[in-house]
Amino acid sequence: MTPVATPFFFYMLSGLAVAGGLLVVTRRNAVHSALSLIVTLLAVAGLYLMLYAPFVAGVQIIVYAGGIMVLFLFVIMLVSLERTIKERQFNRMWPVGLAASCALLALFLAVFEKGKKLFEDRPLPPLTENNNTQQIGLMLYGNYMFAFEIASLLLLVAILGAVIMAKKRI
Amino acid sequence: MVPITTIHYLVVAAALFVLGVIGVLTRRNVVIVLMSIELILNAVNLNLVAFSRMWGGLQGQVFSIFIVVDAAAEAAVGLGILIAFFRNKETINVDEIDLLKW
Repeated sequence: MTPVATPFFFYMLSGLAVAGGLLVVTRRNAVHSALSLIVTLLAVAGLYLMLYAPFVAGVQIIVYAGGIMVLFLFVIMLVSLERTIKERQFNRMWPVGLAASCALLALFLAVFEKGKKLFEDRPLPPLTENNNTQQIGLMLYGNYMFAFEIASLLLLVAILGAVIMAKKRI
Repeated sequence: MVPITTIHYLVVAAALFVLGVIGVLTRRNVVIVLMSIELILNAVNLNLVAFSRMWGGLQGQVFSIFIVVDAAAEAAVGLGILIAFFRNKETINVDEIDLLKW
């Protein structure tokens, strides 16, 4: 099965992702930033689908757009102040930060330009069987068992830490 | 039209990464700084999945799942700290959070 109109979907999704990211860093109201971040996350999930990673795309939508963003929206509601919207939004050193970021982008693009030959004329490997989720599950419970357990422990510690810090008195 | 190769995904990921860095370096609102960190982690994930497609293995996708776990833990702890701080100091601006500075 060959995909159709791949360049069109790629450019549409990446345009959506970059536009959403741009809105995240420029909006005055934090709720608008959160909504733009959801657009970016969904566009990146679409890019994962184009890379034949359906499980990662599902995790992206369920965990990021569904879980983490709800957490963000709750906290925005909890800590939002009327006066923060009227204040200036960028700190005093923003020209320096912007210049450093542009230098970083230029560095990335220079490295990509130099290493472009590595990626040209390299045929993408054929897709194996159609059982991406099963393969990832086997890897998680086989080779990466220890890392998986560490990740679960990390989540437990993070839950405890968040509850203890957000509680008024313990 | 040029066929889409790995380098195209890398350029998109670099753009998202730089946008996240701009947000972290210039914004004053802590919530938006945390959202910019999520942007950075997404850029890394996109790179990992693109390379996993390029080499034909699934290691990159497994790594990206671990990064999603990290992002969830980081968001929970960061927002917990933010709530505790907001209760004490009534501000969420980065440049007013200077208790450790003298």
